[in-house]
Amino acid sequence: MSAGLAVQLDNVGFGYGEAQFHFDALLPAGEITAIMGPSGSGKSTFLNLVAGFEEPHGGTVRIGGADMAGVPPWQRPVSMIFQENNLFAHLPVEKNVALGRAPNLKLGEADRSAVAQALQATGLGGKEKRLPHELSGGERQRVAIARALVRERPVLILDEPFASLGPALRAEMVEEVRALHRRRGMTILFVTHHPEDAERLADQVVLLDDGRTIATGPAQDFFGAAAPEPFRRYLGKPLPSPG
Amino acid sequence: MARLRSDPRLRQGAAALAVLAVLIGGAFAGLLVEGMRNPAAALAAFDAYLLRLVRFTLWQATLSTLLSVLPALLVARALSRHPRFPGRQVILQLFAVPLALPAIVAALGLLALLGRAGLLASSLSVLTGGTWPGIYGLSGILVAHVFFNLPLATRLFLEALDTVPADQHRLAAQLGFTPFSTFRFIEWPALRQSLPSVAGLVFMLCVTSFTLVLTLGGGPRATTLEVAIYQALRFDFDPARAVSLTLVQLGVTALVLVLLARLGADTAGEANPSVSPRRFHRPSTGERMANAALIALATLFVLGPIAATVISGMSADLARLLFEDAVRNAAATSLWLSSLAAGLAVLLSLSLIRARRTLSQDRTGSFRPFRWLTETGAGYVLVIPPIVIGAGWFILLRRAADVFALAPAMVILVNGVMAMPFALRLIRPAYEDGANRHDRLCASLGIQGWQRFRLVDWPVLRRPLLAALAFAMALSLGDLGVIALFGSEQVQTLPYLLLARMSSYRTADAAGLALFLALLTLALMLLADRLGGRRR
Repeated sequence: MSAGLAVQLDNVGFGYGEAQFHFDALLPAGEITAIMGPSGSGKSTFLNLVAGFEEPHGGTVRIGGADMAGVPPWQRPVSMIFQENNLFAHLPVEKNVALGRAPNLKLGEADRSAVAQALQATGLGGKEKRLPHELSGGERQRVAIARALVRERPVLILDEPFASLGPALRAEMVEEVRALHRRRGMTILFVTHHPEDAERLADQVVLLDDGRTIATGPAQDFFGAAAPEPFRRYLGKPLPSPG
Repeated sequence: MARLRSDPRLRQGAAALAVLAVLIGGAFAGLLVEGMRNPAAALAAFDAYLLRLVRFTLWQATLSTLLSVLPALLVARALSRHPRFPGRQVILQLFAVPLALPAIVAALGLLALLGRAGLLASSLSVLTGGTWPGIYGLSGILVAHVFFNLPLATRLFLEALDTVPADQHRLAAQLGFTPFSTFRFIEWPALRQSLPSVAGLVFMLCVTSFTLVLTLGGGPRATTLEVAIYQALRFDFDPARAVSLTLVQLGVTALVLVLLARLGADTAGEANPSVSPRRFHRPSTGERMANAALIALATLFVLGPIAATVISGMSADLARLLFEDAVRNAAATSLWLSSLAAGLAVLLSLSLIRARRTLSQDRTGSFRPFRWLTETGAGYVLVIPPIVIGAGWFILLRRAADVFALAPAMVILVNGVMAMPFALRLIRPAYEDGANRHDRLCASLGIQGWQRFRLVDWPVLRRPLLAALAFAMALSLGDLGVIALFGSEQVQTLPYLLLARMSSYRTADAAGLALFLALLTLALMLLADRLGGRRR
């Protein structure tokens, strides 16, 4: 139902203070793209431009071919999962998920069953009435995923969603995202600092440095023998110099 | 950018600033128009008496600051050296009481204790070997200012000492520091940093102090500018003189502010003492006893007037007072005026906070002045004395309308605006915290307007909003500034009635009213503390 839409940043310029950004990228529909790069390279800005939290000063952001200029975040075909603060701490799990369906919490029968299904699918069945602080870190992120499920938007953006989780939980969440993708086939963009997350999950990689897109391509290229040189340097594994 | 410009939150913030601008601008206009109308009379007011007023105002403020701040340094140090002893928490809470006490209540408490017929008068007569003259004039003003500001300064200094990292105290213990070297290398640097702010705050409070000087000053020899403004308007009917006095008062305040800013003082300090971190030293018996004596002395000094308020209040005919029509009317007037003032204060601060937050998303810098006004500028209303605003409007309106009929509006407006910076401080941290957590989430889910307020903001802000409401109400309930100018037989608040009973020497009635008023404001302050202090 929510098959993915292609995301395109066409000559997009943005800046505040000293920081200047320039992005050019085409993220294919229905694929998972990892956005990588050193801190300060503009990963979050990249996501914010797609999600609509920032407006570009020049160029065009297109989702599914449609120009997103002036479209507020909630009207874009996008769901976003943040690194933290994904949940309203004073609302129980169920309502946090339901807000993805109706921002006024007025739910119809179909909405209610969608919420229940999403909670089941993310393994949160039986925890509907819990408050966020009664959940583990991994469970909290799963609530956010359940909400993305009920929103049924064609593009899902994850801003370092696993950063605060331990290695075992991170692997578990990677599986969760993969399952979500299998079920819905949406376009997924995610930022990560961990090459292994990208390797396990991504079809595509976009590498940023100093506010620019410096390399894009299929993940197998990035993690294979033909990895672009900037990516090797980012990983700290430059090619041994000949001789 | 276009989205920002049309944001309703900016319009509300601008409206709040407009209220402040009209209130303050109107007062200035009143003063200027009157000054222009009769420049000769206004100039004639610049006489030797005015010079004496300025000198006395600054002199009493300097003495009050020294007498409050220097002992506070020692008391704060003593308290910080002993982070755990039974009753420490109670003492700290006691030190917060003067802040919550209406000035007129404290003045009455001091008179009940140290006045000519006070509880201690006979013992003091024996001690001084004569008839105890009672505290009036400079001595009364000083004792009252120290009563208010010694505990305040102590709490602020203690807070500064608490910011010293525990590791420094560990290090001092390891190196075997003597108390003196601990003071020199650890405590003094922390105290010195906050000294200009604390001294500046106390000085400002004493320069603009009105009620205490009015009730304890007595006579033209111990009068400050603020009280002289009041007298010029209420007793001498000499608006030209009031204009000159007000302008001088403003000049003095501005000058003091500039000097303090030069010294690096932040005149908008606040006291929030936490539980002190652990200490690793073992004070000697001598130091222990000296510290105990210091703390006991300061505690008695603060406790005395409070106890006297209670004792003399209890001996009043409370039952009769409570059923007296004048008292009931004043209580009702006080309650509704202060509720509305508190509502106004909360509304103004919420508008400013929301506008500021919205403006923080502006990356173009074109809203910078607006942002400064909502962020810092609004806090400066505190340094404009309410009497000055009241006087300006009194002079402006006096020809156009019956000023006394406008008393309610003036009291609500001025008290609301004056309580706004405090409400701002109570609400802003929770609002910013909530906004940081929820803004992007709400934007991505499309939770807006009323839905956002109902589902997200109200649950998070309910407690701080109510705390701010209670705090602002307590402040305005005890205020005797604007009402002293605008009050009349028709519109009386509790503090106004108290002053009237005091002036007509119905001391027992005044004491009973003071107790009543103190209980009301303390209950509100306690409520604010409960609601605002610990979330969840």
